[in-house]
Amino acid sequence: MNLRMSTGPHLLDKDTTQSLMLDVLIALIPATALGVYFFGVSAALVLLVCIVTAVLSELIWQVLMKKPVRITDFSAVVTGLILGLNLPANAPLWMAALGSAIAILLVKQLFGGIGHNFLNPAIFARAVLLASWPVHMTSYVLPQRLLLGSAAPSGVDVVASATPLLSTSQWSTMDLFIGNIPGTIGEVSKAAILVGFAYLLLRGTITWHVPTFFVGTVALLTWVLGGNPLTAVLTGGVLFGAVFMATDYVTNPMLRVGQCIFGVMCGVIVVVIRMYGGYPEGVTFAILFMNCITPLIDRYSKRKVYGEVKQHA
Amino acid sequence: MPKKGNDLRGVFINGLLTENPTFRLVLGTCPTLAVTTSAINGLGMGLAATFVLIGSNAVISLLRNFIPNKVRIPAFVVVICTFVTMIQMLMQAFVPPLYDALGIFIPLIVVNCIILARAEAFASKNNVVRSAMDGVSMGLGFTLALILISSIRELLGNGTVFGINLLGASFEPMLLMVLAPGGFIVFGLLLGIINAIGEKRKAGKEDKEVAAA
Amino acid sequence: MRLSEVGFFLFMIDCILTNNYIFSRFLGCCPFLGVSSKVETSIGMGLAVTFVMGLASLFTWTVYEFLLIPLKLEYLSTIAFIFIIAALVQFVEMFMKKSLPALYSALGIYLPLITTNCAVLGVALLNINSNYGLLESVLNGVFGALGFLLAIVMMAGVRERLETSDIPKPFRGFSISLVIAGMMAVAFLGFKGLVK
Repeated sequence: MNLRMSTGPHLLDKDTTQSLMLDVLIALIPATALGVYFFGVSAALVLLVCIVTAVLSELIWQVLMKKPVRITDFSAVVTGLILGLNLPANAPLWMAALGSAIAILLVKQLFGGIGHNFLNPAIFARAVLLASWPVHMTSYVLPQRLLLGSAAPSGVDVVASATPLLSTSQWSTMDLFIGNIPGTIGEVSKAAILVGFAYLLLRGTITWHVPTFFVGTVALLTWVLGGNPLTAVLTGGVLFGAVFMATDYVTNPMLRVGQCIFGVMCGVIVVVIRMYGGYPEGVTFAILFMNCITPLIDRYSKRKVYGEVKQHA
Repeated sequence: MPKKGNDLRGVFINGLLTENPTFRLVLGTCPTLAVTTSAINGLGMGLAATFVLIGSNAVISLLRNFIPNKVRIPAFVVVICTFVTMIQMLMQAFVPPLYDALGIFIPLIVVNCIILARAEAFASKNNVVRSAMDGVSMGLGFTLALILISSIRELLGNGTVFGINLLGASFEPMLLMVLAPGGFIVFGLLLGIINAIGEKRKAGKEDKEVAAA
Repeated sequence: MRLSEVGFFLFMIDCILTNNYIFSRFLGCCPFLGVSSKVETSIGMGLAVTFVMGLASLFTWTVYEFLLIPLKLEYLSTIAFIFIIAALVQFVEMFMKKSLPALYSALGIYLPLITTNCAVLGVALLNINSNYGLLESVLNGVFGALGFLLAIVMMAGVRERLETSDIPKPFRGFSISLVIAGMMAVAFLGFKGLVK
């Protein structure tokens, strides 16, 4: 008899995966639309390159390795889109494509495909790009507002190297909330992210635990350390990361207890890196680090909750 | 027993390919990861280890009938340590920049498993000529592996190999490659690719044998 | 980085996270790759290394400062250190067997492996190279080893999870472990700059 083993969560059923991924895509529509609205055609191009490269990488791997082609489950589309939303609108297209290929080939397929990656593919790819080309990854263009016609002509102002995190005073809370600020394509509009979050909650695609504990810890700890909790949450990538990347089924803990620990520790690492670290923003590294710890959290929270019988060899 | 020339050639090829210490036996991973940020560092580390390997293999082979079995490991370590201290002093005197770049990984050659493993598995059982040849081949196998890994890392992470610019001014180096993660990932992927090639060749050979039979 | 300048807490953060022995200094990779397939054994290995690295820092520093320097035999430090470590491991093993049988049965099998762990000789040499005092050396040894413990347990956790994954055959074993280590090292890059 041939028993098929797979690691939990059992995401291998194609139809379930497809409908889950469609829900995530729908939830990403507001953030994508506002990102393109604020940053214009270049943002759309970055997103397109990311998605196309991700799907092509998956297709090529599955064909070459003689595996069933699963690109219609849309998981590669989601990975590509999330990576694109994590890049600045003026990111070089070759860099976007390379990031997508790394996410799909190295993080996902090399480990056995969907459900087996121990890191969130998009977040790892972003970390690689950030460590490799820090200047490209942290020079943000100012929003152009394509449709209102107030866009600066070809010579767009670039907020070179300065991160929006450090210069919040020049933006009103409303601008921060709507997303009329420099930043990566998807992270700027908190309103759009919250709409997506509400949709995912309503559909039952994700639960509230990780995002709430993540964002709550960032706000609380920033406040305790003397910062402004509201701007801490409304700037940078905390909200986007907490809703769309820290909630990845495969790479966060299975049980509620574990998810709460995961969220809190993500928040702590973000605040520590922001306040004391060498990198301006810590969301990427916080989620990556916690992805690495997730198997251990699962192992020990499971034992505590169920009182699993110790196996004797 | 094969002819003498063939025998030595076999020993030589063994360390370079069949039992390459880095890619086949996966020994000495720490220096492999640590010093391969540039090709020149890889070459330097490889040659330093080769020197120690040849010296310790030859001396241990000469002494193999005089060292009591019980204290053989400490005795091997003394011999290895002597050669490591020699190369350390030589490098400090003649190639100080390389000495500084390799840092504590020169004295750490002492605990590089390749060297003790060859002393135990080869030099303590073979004559001087064969043992020295084993040192040459293992050392060169290690050196070539280090040069391969460090060339890839230096090329992608800095656009150069041995300091010569190969990719032109418009290439934007992938900094990660010369940082710590680049070492792990390049070595890991190369190891997998070499395994895949090895398996393919083995399968091809078996096919041929089946066809011949 | 000196203990007197950064304080106890940041010194610890630096040894465990910022300059992790595996992910940033590449010391102790052999046991990290070899003994990380099960979480339980990796914890045992990590604790044994912590124990030996703390003691080794203490003894090698003392011998260097009070024996090798007065006798002007600094060039013998490598050989002296390796014998101190080997003797120490033997002694710890005998002592544990006799006085702490419970601990011995848990850590005993890892002890002989530690003699050739380059992290132990590495920390002894680093202490001397950085001109550390006695307290700094011992803390460097213990915290450095705790960083190793963290790394090897994280690795074992991930490897246990991947046991049933369909990883392409040539990449199984050392190859995928190295790739995982590289990915973890990327996560640890985030801690750069925490200690100035």
